[in-house]
Formats: sequence, C-alpha cells, structure tokens
Amino acid sequence: MEIYIWAFVVGGLICVVGQLLMDVGKFTPAHTMSILVVAGAVLDGFGLYEPLIDFAGAGATVPITSFGNALVHGALAEAEKTGIIGILTGIFEVTSAGISAAIIFGFLAALLFRPKG
Amino acid sequence: MSNKKKKKLTPVQQEYHSFAKAREPRRPVLLNCILAFLAGGTICLFGQFISDFFLWNFDFTEKTAGNPTIAVLIIISVILTALGVYDHIAQWAGAGTAVPVTGFANSIASAAMEHRTEGFVLGVGGKMFKLAGSVIVFGVFSAFVVALIRTVITMLGGA
Repeated sequence: MEIYIWAFVVGGLICVVGQLLMDVGKFTPAHTMSILVVAGAVLDGFGLYEPLIDFAGAGATVPITSFGNALVHGALAEAEKTGIIGILTGIFEVTSAGISAAIIFGFLAALLFRPKG
Repeated sequence: MSNKKKKKLTPVQQEYHSFAKAREPRRPVLLNCILAFLAGGTICLFGQFISDFFLWNFDFTEKTAGNPTIAVLIIISVILTALGVYDHIAQWAGAGTAVPVTGFANSIASAAMEHRTEGFVLGVGGKMFKLAGSVIVFGVFSAFVVALIRTVITMLGGA
C-alpha cells in the first residue's frame, strides 16, 4: 500500500523539478526533458537510481529520468556479458518497449487521426 | 538577458527591454508546481496500478513489469493525444504531463499527426522526433559515456 503513496509523491516531485526548470530556469520543454534524461543516466552511473525505483516503484520508472537510467542499465548489463562492445549492442535493450511503442502508435495515430484544435 | 548581450543594445533598446520585462505576466511558479505535482503524481500512481496489474495477473517480476507498464501508458497517451484530450490536460498540468513517459509519447504522436500534411516520408517519418529526438540523442550519448566509464572502472578492477 505504501508504494502507491511513494509512487505519487516521488513522481510528483520529479515533475516539480521539471516545472521549476521550465518556470525558473526558463528552459524550453525539450531542454527540460533532455536535462532530466541526462540526470537519470548520471544518477544511475552513481548507482542512485535503482534504490529510488525500489523505494517508489512507478514514481521513479514512469518519469523520463528512468529512460536515461534504463539506457545505462541495458548498456552495462550487455557490457558485463560481451565486453566493451556490449555498450553499443545493449544500450536500447531495456528501452526498446518504450521507443517502439511510441513510434508504432504515433505512426498509427498519424494514419488514423487529424490533429484537433 | 546576460550583461554581455545587454551592452550591444542601444539605450532605446535597453529601455524597451526593461519596459517589456516589467509588463511580462509573472509566472505563477508555486501554483504551476502544485499542479505539476498533482498531475505527475497521478500519472505515476496510475502507472503503479498498471504495473501491479501485470505483476498479479501475468507472469512478470517486479523488474520486468516496468516495460509493459510503460508500453500501456504510451498507448493511452497516444490515444488521448489523437482525441485532442492530452493537450487540454497539458495546458494546466505543465511539466506534470511533460516529464512522465506519457509526455514523450505525446510529443511523438502530436508531431506525427501535425506534419502529416507534408507527406508520410518527409512529414510523418521525418518530423516525428522533432521534440523527442533531443531526448533520445542526449539520453543515448550520456548513457554511453556513463556506461563506458563504469565498464572501464570495472575492467581496471575497481568497484
């Protein structure tokens, strides 16, 4: 039960960081998302993101920071098995679901729908 | 604006700059943050429900339930984008809808739909990643650097 509360709080807080970057730092949404992705990758480099996922569940895996984390994770897991070339072959291993789903369904949306508003 | 840039302006331009700045509507930072917190938290909470649904009903572990969860969130986000609902929510939720993975899917789907008039290859295919492209590029490059450093440290017999 607690995990639901922490998912809400941690996920909300990461979004607040994004909002502060946009409002106070005057970054565009694209800059904000890029900063958060890099932050996720760097945090995982120090081994700090995985404990956050254990603690907050979807609160840590749903924000875009987990994309950076998942990229590093895939690369490291593959590098452990096949050596340094694994960084290149493994980098998209974990994030494949997210990227392919976004491309496939985004394309279907463009086929089937007209933009509104 | 930085001081260096300011020096290049004529006095009239400088005057106008401060004039315009004083009349710029102030951003309600606190309100925006609260809205972003509530919207982002709700999306993550919803993600947690989906993740638990996969955990209980299918043969997933806590680690592997993350992928289908994100895929489901992306599908929902694309559908809401196609129906024009997502942009209405995004207007008040700000970063609350942009930062979760749903915002990533929203940027891809809306760019794909918007540029359809330019054709499927140059429009949909070429412009789909107009916004999401920077996320992927910087994500992949930073992940590469981080993973390289970690791998080299491991190979040298470190942590």
